[in-house]
Amino acid sequence: MEWKEILTRLIKNKLSLFGLIIILFFVLVAVFAPYLAPPRSPEDAYEIPRAGWQVEPQPPREGYLFGTAQGSYDIFYGMVWGTRTAFRIGVIVVGLSSLFGIIIGTLSAYYGGIIDEFFMRITDVFMSIPFLVAAMVLTTILGKGLDNVMIALVTFGWMGTARLMRSQVLEIKNEEFVQASIALGASDTRIIFKHIIANCIFPVLIQAFMRMGSMVITASALSFLGVGAPEGYADWGQMITFARDWILGGQGSALKYWYTVVIPGTAIMLFSLSWNLIGDAFRDILDPKLN
Amino acid sequence: MINYIIRRFLILPFILFGVTILVFSMIMMLGPYQRLSTYINDPAQLKGQDMDKLISKYGLDDPWYEQYSRWIGGVVHGDFGWSESAGQPVTEAIFSRFPATLELALFAVIPVVMGGIWLGVLSAVHHNQKFDHIIRIISTIGWSFPTFVFGLLVLMIFYGVLGWFPPGRLSADAAAIIRSAEFVRYTGLNVLDGILNLEINVVFDAFRHLIGPIVTLAIVWWSYILRITRSSMLETLRKDYIRTARAKGVAEKFVINKHARRNALIPVVTVAGPMVLGLLGGVVIVESVFGYRGIGQYAAQAAQQLDYSGILGVAMYFSFLLILINLIVDVSYAVIDPRIRLE
Repeated sequence: MEWKEILTRLIKNKLSLFGLIIILFFVLVAVFAPYLAPPRSPEDAYEIPRAGWQVEPQPPREGYLFGTAQGSYDIFYGMVWGTRTAFRIGVIVVGLSSLFGIIIGTLSAYYGGIIDEFFMRITDVFMSIPFLVAAMVLTTILGKGLDNVMIALVTFGWMGTARLMRSQVLEIKNEEFVQASIALGASDTRIIFKHIIANCIFPVLIQAFMRMGSMVITASALSFLGVGAPEGYADWGQMITFARDWILGGQGSALKYWYTVVIPGTAIMLFSLSWNLIGDAFRDILDPKLN
Repeated sequence: MINYIIRRFLILPFILFGVTILVFSMIMMLGPYQRLSTYINDPAQLKGQDMDKLISKYGLDDPWYEQYSRWIGGVVHGDFGWSESAGQPVTEAIFSRFPATLELALFAVIPVVMGGIWLGVLSAVHHNQKFDHIIRIISTIGWSFPTFVFGLLVLMIFYGVLGWFPPGRLSADAAAIIRSAEFVRYTGLNVLDGILNLEINVVFDAFRHLIGPIVTLAIVWWSYILRITRSSMLETLRKDYIRTARAKGVAEKFVINKHARRNALIPVVTVAGPMVLGLLGGVVIVESVFGYRGIGQYAAQAAQQLDYSGILGVAMYFSFLLILINLIVDVSYAVIDPRIRLE
């Protein structure tokens, strides 16, 4: 199936169109972040500015569109620059872990035998520690911070892709066109890149779409658990951490500080929802019988 | 099938060895001073002692394989060192919280599995009708909801506004009943112990505290089971034997309940592994959001306070549990589905 046709059908499907629009919106926010929320100093743009030294969150008002969070951090600023953080985490983590997964899965299935056994047992071992706990342990040991969160997520995030890729390659390996090019004496690299990977990439791509959302959720969960972004760093998970002590509200109203959790929560939810919608529609296009 | 099961058991030691190597290599990323904390059982041991002396005493500058064999010796005996954040040995800390987490997981798994399967089957039966579309949209939204955000919203609405489901594990009155001399702790599970002791207040209170965490855990995993059941059911409903049954004039209810659902549920068994994997992670988040004193909350607290031995201990226990469950799932899958034995 051609790329152009896939894109047309993604746009024609209402749900994936919604997803595409939301993602496009987030991309625009990320690109124009310096104009939407000009940083006080360009060097540390990811440092959320503080409106003052008040501990208590303050509702939306002029100059602070979304209000301020605990410690007077500007929520609007955090959301805008946090979009960049979300994309950075998603693209880097999903990109690298998919790459490892593709390499390991392809090698396993293509060469088979002892190589397959070796890689698959390693995969089993890595899958034997609950993902979130494993990521938490590694981040704790490497030290808090977003870079280490990303290292941890990549380290424990490649196995799903590897298994998927392996089963795909196993299927395609015995197809006639692959057998034909083996018979014609094509080199392993040529067969792997030209025939196998090119024909297995779509399911992996669908999985990658789905993981864009879940990886950003996991990264923000790590921030929420206190091992992610340092305090004051523009990150959606961090914004929700600020809300944690205020969700029960204060005198007079239990919903007094709703904006501290609803605004960043909606952003994370929409981000992940959009990728899932696109991934879903993508899968339906490629495999209509599962619709 | 015997071959398959034997092979599955032969792999087991490799996996266990691999996991210990993996965890140990993460320990080795720490410097000897930080590692000292995972070897000490009581902070009093440190008093009046030179740290360097202790490091050579415990052999923390030995080659890694010697350290590994010493460490694994401790692990086999359940010795994971001293947990700073809990103020007690890691194993004790984990076992004292185990019933709380078990209770939460048990109560979460039941609605997740039952509800997920039920709605998944319904959704497939009403394929491409309004009901199916609504269920699909809701499940996609549920699947995309970050657990901690959902948990905070539940807490905000159902505790902050309505005051129904408070955080924690028990309120003060119920805790007092449980601590009293007449109350026998048979299982450590509050709801079950309450029933066995005929203390309706304890049962009610324990339930009240469980609902928030359960709903939060369920919302994500419910969507997961639902999707798997739905696609498996859709595939089964297209099979020839279903058409045959319908052609024979078997009532639609029987076709769905007897002929299709049973076979459609076979692949659902395989997701038990990933689901437990996710639940063990979800428990960490949900317990911290709701201040529910279980293993997950302990893990989060240990990570936050850089209590290395605590977090590594939880990781090891969780992996042992996961390996065990995966083994059970694989073996029972082979028993249920004859096709897998032939591979």
